[in-house]
Amino acid sequence: MATTAVHGGARNAVSDSLTMIGRSIRLSRRNVDTLVMSIVLPLLMMSLFVYVFGGAINTGTQYINYVVPGIILLCTGYGAASTAMSVADDMTSGMIDRLRTLPIRSSAVLTGHVTASVARNLLSTTVVIGAAIAMGFRPDAAVTDWVQAAGLLLLYVLALSWLAAGLGVIAKSVESASTLSFLMLFLPYLSSAFVPTNTMPSFLHAVSENQPITPVIETVRGLLTGTPIGTTGWIALAWCVGLLTCSFIFAARLFRRRTHG
Amino acid sequence: MIVEATGLHKAFGSTKVLDGLDLHVAEGTVLALLGPNGAGKTTTIRILTTLLRPDVGTVRIAGYDVVREATKVRGVISMTGQSVALDDQQTGRENLVMIGRLMHLGRPAARRRATDLLERFDLVDAMDRRVKTYSGGMRRRLDLAMSLVSQPRVIFLDEPTTGLDPSSRTTMWDAIKDLVSSGTTIVLTTQYLEEADRLADRIVLINGGRVAASGTTDALKSQVGGDRLDLRFAVEADVARAAALFDAPRGTDPLVLGIPSDGSAEHLHRVLDDLRLAGVPVVKVSSHRPTLDDVFLSLTTTDRTSVQI
Ligand SMILES: Nc1ncnc2c1ncn2[C@@H]1O[C@H](COP(=O)(O)OP(=O)(O)O)[C@@H](O)[C@H]1O
Ligand SMILES: [Mg+2]
Repeated sequence: MATTAVHGGARNAVSDSLTMIGRSIRLSRRNVDTLVMSIVLPLLMMSLFVYVFGGAINTGTQYINYVVPGIILLCTGYGAASTAMSVADDMTSGMIDRLRTLPIRSSAVLTGHVTASVARNLLSTTVVIGAAIAMGFRPDAAVTDWVQAAGLLLLYVLALSWLAAGLGVIAKSVESASTLSFLMLFLPYLSSAFVPTNTMPSFLHAVSENQPITPVIETVRGLLTGTPIGTTGWIALAWCVGLLTCSFIFAARLFRRRTHG
Repeated sequence: MIVEATGLHKAFGSTKVLDGLDLHVAEGTVLALLGPNGAGKTTTIRILTTLLRPDVGTVRIAGYDVVREATKVRGVISMTGQSVALDDQQTGRENLVMIGRLMHLGRPAARRRATDLLERFDLVDAMDRRVKTYSGGMRRRLDLAMSLVSQPRVIFLDEPTTGLDPSSRTTMWDAIKDLVSSGTTIVLTTQYLEEADRLADRIVLINGGRVAASGTTDALKSQVGGDRLDLRFAVEADVARAAALFDAPRGTDPLVLGIPSDGSAEHLHRVLDDLRLAGVPVVKVSSHRPTLDDVFLSLTTTDRTSVQI
């Protein structure tokens, strides 16, 4: 009776991942509230910083040119946060059991959510950059600069999305996943995203200088607006690769543990 | 035996859930796992479907070991859990096609399988609507359809009709009977005795992590004896006196005492005479054919009596 031949194989693993990616993207597209929020919130933040605080913050350049990279990273955080919730939803509903009783590698569910997260962020980042340009953001970047910035951001988004997926796996409920990912959203504020770090008290200054987001922001800012980058680019790259590796291992390990029986 | 579980033990921390459970299911039959809430039904199903490892004991499904050959087991089974596993934001058809694709059917074949199942479960009208708009009964039916995409040899259903209204329940029962007639083996759990009675060839009653009784529904019924007289009294004190008089255990209704009977008029006379002589006024008498409820009660109230039929 069992006519469906399955079991193992790299081709099947790829096909399963593609199926789950299609699913997650479809779910993201239809979760209109979340999608809209992940675009609207960064836009609101940007307006707030540009129009309200912008006059008071002296960064030595046009503030909008200063703040846009930070907003982009913030927006990435939002996009990834909902990933933690989608993963937690699958892990705590019957869905994970259904997948685990199929002869497939059920971790494809994570690949699906992470890929959808990257796609969502791609969309919201594009919208945010478009809006920034409309508000007066004047990038001074060659095509190669854009490509490098996009590459770095992609690594960063991927790292954050795997981290979010890992948080979704350990969360006991969708609510706690949202709390955990809230912490992740908080990180960009403690960086040079919105104000130069040398204006902060020395403790916060030390924290924000040495957290992964500051070098990423500095690099993106440098690439897009022509400020000097120096070694920051390599530090940012190292942070992103390191973070990606750790997050991926973190998520994969936890998933194995949770689904081991 | 397509399902063979022997000596299953499972504890969560200090809570012993399964304590030496054995199960055997012949191919093409329906087994109902019956037991009060917390008896370990879901735990048993999770072990049989490779989701949970037993602490001790072995399970073979179609000859494959659930721990060592989990992937092979997953190739022949499917599971419909206690809570439905559907994507609310996908349509009914999309949910089914997704599973078809995961089973590596090509896109056209996956769509065809989905359409077949939608027809079979009377969901064609709703197939392009998102699942979030479905009623409880429709969700349950779609959930069952999801586990049929792979054409499994053994299907595990954990409380398939809990929370459904009577008419949806009947529809689910029909769907399950349909499966049986196509030769699929089914293991289901239920708290409804009527459900077990209707669907199952054999019933296994779990209590205290072990099999308290097992057998065909008829065998289980005859085990609690034949007919029964239900005597209703006005006050509980009278129930107590009558219980002492006939040496019968009290039931769940505090004003009713059930006593075994052979169903004859003779026996009824004797009971009424005894009550009159003892001066216990009885309000109402009804005669009662045994149901699985009686089996259930008689076995779950007397702790851990293991009866094999
Ligand atoms: N993951 C778990 N951790 C701790 N206790 C559990 C877990 N799963 C089930 N239990 C306990 O095991 C017992 C049996 O549960 P279950 O198998 O769900 O029973 P049933 O399905 O018959 O109602 C219950 O007392 C329940 O609290
Ligand atoms: Mg249960």
